[in-house]
Amino acid sequence: MPIVTIDGRTIEVADGTTILQAARLIGPEVAPPAMCFYTKLKTSGGYCRTCLVEVTKGSEKDPRPMPKLVASCRTTVMDGMEVGNLKSEKVVAARKSVVEFLLLNHPLDCPICDQAGECYLQDLSYDHGSAKTRTDFERRTFDKIDIGPYIQLHMTRCILCYRCVKVADQITDHRVHGVMNRGDQSEISTYIEKAVDNDFSGNVIDVCPVGALTDKTFRFKSRVWFTKPIKAHRNCNKCCGKVNLWYKGDEVLRVTGLKDQWGEVEEFICNTCRFDTKKTSDWTIEGPSQISRTSVISANHYEVFVKPTEFTLNNVTPLQIEGENNS
Amino acid sequence: MTWIERLYLPAIFQGLSITIKHLFKKKVSLRYPEVKRAFAAVYRGMHVLKRDEQGRENCTACGLCAVACPAEAITMVAAERKKGEENLYREEKYAAIYEINMLRCIFCGLCEEACPKDAIYLTDRLVPSEYSRGKFVFGKDMLVEAVDQRIDISKRKKVYEI
Repeated sequence: MPIVTIDGRTIEVADGTTILQAARLIGPEVAPPAMCFYTKLKTSGGYCRTCLVEVTKGSEKDPRPMPKLVASCRTTVMDGMEVGNLKSEKVVAARKSVVEFLLLNHPLDCPICDQAGECYLQDLSYDHGSAKTRTDFERRTFDKIDIGPYIQLHMTRCILCYRCVKVADQITDHRVHGVMNRGDQSEISTYIEKAVDNDFSGNVIDVCPVGALTDKTFRFKSRVWFTKPIKAHRNCNKCCGKVNLWYKGDEVLRVTGLKDQWGEVEEFICNTCRFDTKKTSDWTIEGPSQISRTSVISANHYEVFVKPTEFTLNNVTPLQIEGENNS
Repeated sequence: MTWIERLYLPAIFQGLSITIKHLFKKKVSLRYPEVKRAFAAVYRGMHVLKRDEQGRENCTACGLCAVACPAEAITMVAAERKKGEENLYREEKYAAIYEINMLRCIFCGLCEEACPKDAIYLTDRLVPSEYSRGKFVFGKDMLVEAVDQRIDISKRKKVYEI
């Protein structure tokens, strides 16, 4: 069982664990961000370069550092490995450049994008990016492709993370879309504009880290932060049926899968649950979902507000001065 | 009191002299409807929803003003721009309904600060008085500037450095 140190914090993990997963086991403070890696999708990761880390000590047997920054989602840990994430200046600088590259062709149309507020590229650029842009080139544009009545594709916003392609490959029955062309011209496309019509195709919306694939039935209905997520479930013969209902007033505007701490869905849900059952009577309500305090979605929702007087004053131990007899 | 003080005349003249002196001083008040005092450049009054040079509405209903608003006075409903409306709205999405409750508004100007599209500004206009509370919910008819009667916000305009 290899022991790995990440940003000065040590953990023992199973053989074959990647650096990213080991960091996630330690906690969110040391976990590198990931735009393309997805635990539930095999062979994902290695495209976006946001999870780059510096390996300052290769292993106990071979303590030489790795010559270049490595993608932590694709590098497995070795015994005695020492990794620098946010504490490494190289990594911080590299990540800033990666964000700049990802935003090079991104239209930054957040005010009209339905993903804004729960967009991982927004979070990433706030945390690691620069406030200014240095390019004045034209951003790439594409011909609009209609990929069916449920999913809206905005190719301009795509960062080519390949997550949706992996979903089409691994979750749905037969692959109907992939990445066409190469390099700067790469684009997500359904092959010869075939409609994405199998039962789990809606999951590409959940896995998309940006607003490239969004829910067409939710298009421009409301900003994410005006809706409230409520946990619910129903008996579904195709999927687990556990979802988040996004309410505005009494109306369910959108249904998504439950997401974990890392923004990955816990279980994939089917298109019937996602698009066709949008009445409260279809669901068994479990209660409000937890939203991070720092998220814009929790802005102006006061239900978890704790008054200062309600802090447990009794638990505070009186200040003690060393060497003084406390009688 | 001495007999001079008992006469009260010096005190009366002293008082009168103060009164007469004030007659020749500069007046602090203005005759309001005819004369209007200039507003400070940073005065925050009634909002305006701006249009761009081509007369298209700037607002894209992104909701940042509403989430920034500490009084929760702003509500909006977005809609998708249809073909043929390109001369009315600048972007794909626009605010079909945009309402500010002027009784809730505290004129803090955070909506203006949050706006990424240069759409909302607070102006030096006063909110007109009304007889019923319902009339203080201002819709787009009250807020959007007319194409031929632009509201000058040059004093408050933000300058970006990008």
